[in-house]
Amino acid sequence: MKQSSNNSTLDKVNQSLARRYRAEKRFKAYGIAAILFGITCLIVLFTDIIGKGHSAFFQTYVYLEVTMDSEQLYINDPSDPQQIAAADYQGVIKAALRERFPEASSRRDRRALYALVSNGAGFKLRGQLEADPTLLNQTIGLWMLVDDDVDTYYKSRGEDGESGFDGRLNEKQIGWVESFIADGYMESRFNTTFFTSGDSREPEQAGILGAMAGSLFTLLVTILLSFPIGVAAAVYLEEYAPRNRFTEFIEININNLAAVPSIIFGLLGLSIFIGFFEMHRSIPLVGGLVLTLMTLPTIIISSRAAMKAVPPSIRDAAYGLGASKMQVVIHHVIPLAMPGMLTGAIIGIAQALGETAPLLMIGMVAFVVDIPGGVTDPATALPVQIFLWSDSPERAFVERTSAAIMVLLAVLISMNTLAVWLRKRLERRW
Amino acid sequence: MKKSIVMTALTLMSGLISSEAMASRDYINIVGSSTVYPFSTVVAERYGRSTQFKTPKVESTGSGGGLKLFCQGVGVQFPDIANASRRIKQSEVDLCASNGVDEIVEVLVGYDGIVIGNSVKAAPMKLTRKDIFLALAKDVPNPDGSKTTIENPYTTWKDVNPALPALKIEVLGPPPTSGTRDAFAELGLEGGCKKIDWIADLNNQSKAAAKAGDTAKSKSLKDQYKAICHTVREDGAYIETGENDNLIVQKLNANPDALGIFGFSFLDQNIDVIQGSLIDGYEPTFESIADGSYPVSRPLYFYVKKAHVGVVPGIPEYLSEFTSERAFGEEGYLAEKGMIPLDAGSRRQTAADVGNLKLLQL
Repeated sequence: MKQSSNNSTLDKVNQSLARRYRAEKRFKAYGIAAILFGITCLIVLFTDIIGKGHSAFFQTYVYLEVTMDSEQLYINDPSDPQQIAAADYQGVIKAALRERFPEASSRRDRRALYALVSNGAGFKLRGQLEADPTLLNQTIGLWMLVDDDVDTYYKSRGEDGESGFDGRLNEKQIGWVESFIADGYMESRFNTTFFTSGDSREPEQAGILGAMAGSLFTLLVTILLSFPIGVAAAVYLEEYAPRNRFTEFIEININNLAAVPSIIFGLLGLSIFIGFFEMHRSIPLVGGLVLTLMTLPTIIISSRAAMKAVPPSIRDAAYGLGASKMQVVIHHVIPLAMPGMLTGAIIGIAQALGETAPLLMIGMVAFVVDIPGGVTDPATALPVQIFLWSDSPERAFVERTSAAIMVLLAVLISMNTLAVWLRKRLERRW
Repeated sequence: MKKSIVMTALTLMSGLISSEAMASRDYINIVGSSTVYPFSTVVAERYGRSTQFKTPKVESTGSGGGLKLFCQGVGVQFPDIANASRRIKQSEVDLCASNGVDEIVEVLVGYDGIVIGNSVKAAPMKLTRKDIFLALAKDVPNPDGSKTTIENPYTTWKDVNPALPALKIEVLGPPPTSGTRDAFAELGLEGGCKKIDWIADLNNQSKAAAKAGDTAKSKSLKDQYKAICHTVREDGAYIETGENDNLIVQKLNANPDALGIFGFSFLDQNIDVIQGSLIDGYEPTFESIADGSYPVSRPLYFYVKKAHVGVVPGIPEYLSEFTSERAFGEEGYLAEKGMIPLDAGSRRQTAADVGNLKLLQL
């Protein structure tokens, strides 16, 4: 009897063994499938963004020989900076274009010809003359920005000059561009403008520096406010607060706040900081304050978790040596909890960096050309810049949108790497 | 060491904040329509580069949102200029007045065409405004000829008009929050709706009732008229595609059977992938919109708070830049960006009115 029952249990196990192995394999396969799905999505996303955006890091330039004719520039006194600043540089560029293509004589043709060179090229010429006033009345050769339509054409055209996207260019304009290319007067270079200038409605002059500075100032305010406040709140709640209904109520509310949609914080900021305190719209100070409200719950929760993880033995040892509560907290608990706190803070800040919804409410979704110099200058932020460019009709903004996404991703990845490095660096084991 | 870090942070913080001069503002603050935004920003950028003033800040909030912000009051924390892709409403003027904004300068700067287009891979459509109304309205007149409406029964363009291809009605367009949608409803749908006699008659009766002093009857007739003419169908034939016109362009490219509704500047920039449908026999081109023969175009305005002129520096200079011939003229840089200019006479009038800051009168 005993024998047979033993046998039957063993039989049962043996019978079910194959099934259990299969179940095990299936279970593993589900996990692998989930990871593969994630990786595929990521690869598709990255190929799309990089495929569209890599060309934005290059910009087409055209070589022109420009005569800095003082008469045409309306400069009669080269020592007067006012005159140098206000001179008609676009005029001499137009003259240089006319000289190269004398066949463009009708008004319409000339307009088409002038449209080949970016209307920002004159500022480069001004910079040259400001740096070296002796250039006046001399002929200088200069590589200048081309218009975005020409840029798109040059980038999409194959080596043989076939199948270029000619969109808004007419046949004559294409002829002129091809003539520049044939003479080797047109080439692609690294797009420094993209990293050194603010927003512009001309794609070839648009850059991301303004948005980067805006994001930087906003995050500076956020870090300076949310980290100290968050840590102070966490220390009080974890170390000092008595356990009662009231502190429990606060705890629940902090957890709830972490899950509140960010646009709500934007509305709050709009009514408090702009409505009540009458601060200006679109400034990083208000943006930073709003994002502080948004990141505080994250920081408080992660700081408390980090402090909870400090072993009681350390506290007990400090108390045993006669340390006061404050000494225990400042000398032992906070330094040991710091890696966790910092990680929480950096993840909160990285989240704030990618946020647009609350900024919409306080007016940071705006066209700002001047690069902000402080927290009270009007500014936008990186994700907002991406949103604004994606909505622009100009074709050349498509690649710039993707390029801006790449920059934002790079910033986020480096922030997360910093978080990991800090944790590794400061972590202490016991 | 720790103390010094805290002290530095505190001083840095207070330094940053005290540098703030909340009492004044040295740049122009512009809010409003996302349709005027591309033009307003070009002017702002040129103005910033060619004058000693700072570049104005332009926010894209939508016409209604912009005017609401604009009407909040007088003071540097409120916007100076509001862009709008429709005329200001009486209710908005009242809101402004109740907040002390009673001197507003209105500037009509140009027009924007609304295009119904499809992919170049398909044949161009030849529509009339009546076709558009019948294809996209929620309720359409009963085909049996009685003066009643039925829920839109049409599923293909051929059902609407036998001259059109037998394609499924599938139109991608902006959501109700968009100014483009409002303008499309007013110019496209209502334009076709008016072609049906008994519906147009509702509007006439409403006007007659208003004249006779019967406001209640006038209002109810007017509401009935608007409900028929402005309501877009919700059974899936009209697909709301967000405010992003670039997205509509991409989707049209992927689906040659669909039509899309978007601003003229997007057609202008993407002529290699999309084409505009003919409406009432006119192709949406720069010329046909400018001379008014293309029927679906809307005016673009901006509104200036007169109380801020002289307080915030540079407003008159911005106005004169916007209304200069090199900006909003026939060959100006705004036309290059896709804005349809006013005729020469209206341009001179606008420039003169702006020069004297002529006040708005509704």
